[in-house]
Amino acid sequence: MDAVEVIGGGRESLAPGTPLLEVEDLHVEFHTRDGVAKAVNGVSYAVSAGETLAVLGESGSGKSVTAQAVMGILDMPPGRITSGRILFRGEDLLTMGANARRAVRGQKIAMIFQDALSALNPVLSVGYQLGEMFRTHHGVSRKEAREKAVELMDRVRIPAAKQRVGDFPHQFSGGMRQRIMIAMALALEPDLIIADEPTTALDVTVQAQVMDLLAELQSEFNMGLILITHDLGVVADVADKIAVMYAGRIVESAPVHELYARPAHPYTRGLLDSIPRLDQKGQNLHAIKGLPPNLLRIPEGCAFNPRCDRAQDRCRSELPPLVPVTGEHGEELVGRRSACHYWRETLHG
Amino acid sequence: MTADGASAPGAAVPEETVPEETAFVQEVPRGEPILEVRDLVKHFPLTQGILFKKQVGAVKAVDGVSFDLMQGETLGIVGESGCGKSTLAKVLMNLEPATGGSVRYKGEEISRLSGSGLKAVRRNIQMVFQDPYTSLNPRMTVGDIIGEPYEIHPEVAPKGDRRKAVQDLLDVVGLNPEYINRYPHQFSGGQRQRIGIARGLALKPEVIICDEPVSALDVSVQAQVINLLEQLQGEFNLSYMFIAHDLSIVRHISDRVGVMYLGRLVEIGSDAEIYDHATHPYTQALLSAVPVPDPTARESRDRIVLTGDVPSPANPPSGCRFRTRCWKAQQRCEDEVPLLVSPSWLGGAARHDSACHFAAEREVGQGAAERGNGQGAAGPEDGQSPD
Repeated sequence: MDAVEVIGGGRESLAPGTPLLEVEDLHVEFHTRDGVAKAVNGVSYAVSAGETLAVLGESGSGKSVTAQAVMGILDMPPGRITSGRILFRGEDLLTMGANARRAVRGQKIAMIFQDALSALNPVLSVGYQLGEMFRTHHGVSRKEAREKAVELMDRVRIPAAKQRVGDFPHQFSGGMRQRIMIAMALALEPDLIIADEPTTALDVTVQAQVMDLLAELQSEFNMGLILITHDLGVVADVADKIAVMYAGRIVESAPVHELYARPAHPYTRGLLDSIPRLDQKGQNLHAIKGLPPNLLRIPEGCAFNPRCDRAQDRCRSELPPLVPVTGEHGEELVGRRSACHYWRETLHG
Repeated sequence: MTADGASAPGAAVPEETVPEETAFVQEVPRGEPILEVRDLVKHFPLTQGILFKKQVGAVKAVDGVSFDLMQGETLGIVGESGCGKSTLAKVLMNLEPATGGSVRYKGEEISRLSGSGLKAVRRNIQMVFQDPYTSLNPRMTVGDIIGEPYEIHPEVAPKGDRRKAVQDLLDVVGLNPEYINRYPHQFSGGQRQRIGIARGLALKPEVIICDEPVSALDVSVQAQVINLLEQLQGEFNLSYMFIAHDLSIVRHISDRVGVMYLGRLVEIGSDAEIYDHATHPYTQALLSAVPVPDPTARESRDRIVLTGDVPSPANPPSGCRFRTRCWKAQQRCEDEVPLLVSPSWLGGAARHDSACHFAAEREVGQGAAERGNGQGAAGPEDGQSPD
């Protein structure tokens, strides 16, 4: 209980500018029949209150595994966190006891999953599932919990919340289910929300509604938000800063405007170039050649080198560190980093 | 009659008769419809009772869809999930029998064909499926998967030539021909989709229906598959029907685009007409909701956020099906089904088929609701009389 009190100190207790969450040099492996899959290989990022960090990457880039490690819901085994620290308000979640960790999960850090239908329990009413949060963490009565559930459903703008509180997940549409997921994540007013592809399963018109709701609630509660996605469009709409992941590493991080205007890593540039543009109609799209790497056999040196047009011998032997990049005249570019030996050429060339 | 005289000197040229004899399939010149779809309807009955099934209603998945697919063109079909675009594909392939309406392939009615006639038509219309993980049989080798169409249509490739034909196809779609004995699980998603495309090409079809062919693929691989499809279209003079929900990809690949909502086409036109001069409110909302991969556009975006969800196709709204979510809706939208016709009161690129009583281009920056009030002057009857 003491640990809960310490970590759960008021929102105001955090010194301004201190990140809410810091991930430092995280390594995660999975032991499989075919060998060790290195899913996360030294990821570091930080999120402050009120800030939106987008983690952008393709399947297998390690973006979800990192989030699962933060949330403490990684399947272990086969997964294993081999090194690194995850600091939430300065406390390392990885060395914390199980009870203290449980108090953080849900109450301080909440998660929204991609597929609401499989994340919700099909045989319990949504009212019960929402109320469960309050009963478990605050010990309120069933009746109170149900009232709280209606309140939450109202807040995420589910129509006729009072009548629908007893309905089961299958009776809601996809967009409404995702709203219930958001309501559940918000239930205990967490400081940080991790949204893992929250709108991927939704249609564009519904996606816009859900993203707007999420952004609105985030600013209302001054929450930190980690948005995990592969959609460059969604990222451009909501993120403050972006971390691009490839083969378990962050290959580039930057504030959103600068990343789209001038990428500093060939992979980011390739992703941006492969978006169909108006003036390219009738021409070939700029595709990134080759395939994403197999995590059992990540290429030597820079993992992107077999697909990179700029690759030199150095890229095939020497792992490029994630270093701060500078402008053309050596001026500092705040928050920009790139893990490419030739970031200068990529950024300025 | 006058043409007779004109063609008489031409008949002396010997080449003119040669292709007439060798062509097995009748040639359709570019720009002519290869597939004509008229009032196509597909209802899935909803039944009650076990022994004595009683029909209590129907899911109107496709409800009166008409369009032409021209020779050599790509027609994009966009719409949200449940709008009937995949059902439309299945009915066109005759995988699901149509409830009503007609589909004509080169003038021949295919929805009533059966047996050998159907078999011959199906050879010319092939399909590429969305999910390359489930659409390939995991127990068959790549050679067997791509060669299977030849078992059904042996006339395309004689038995001895099949292995060679499959290897050629692998080469065409950019896979190593030596992979012929591998199994699907040995390939990545993008490679599997190439296998699916090779299978679609095996019978040298004229029309390929692509149902969300890249949505299951990683972003960096999608562009590769799109490029391949475009390259093949030029090489084999294919007509594509390209069904997808990613509007930017559809715009890139399509010559014309049709927008579906709740089992009906609400708007159809060239890509520029649809993307730059949309006149149907649903198309406008759909386009405005697509996240643009450009953070500088974040503030300047004029987004229409629709309220609510798509109604159930088992019980669609009367009149215009979009009216329950439309900001322009009037009494007339409830009473009268809008037809998919060119609105007479519009001109220029805005004048293309749009199923809205109050079709009008969107003026960026102006409140959308305001324009709905001007309908009295913009109605079709009023618009016609001064002319």
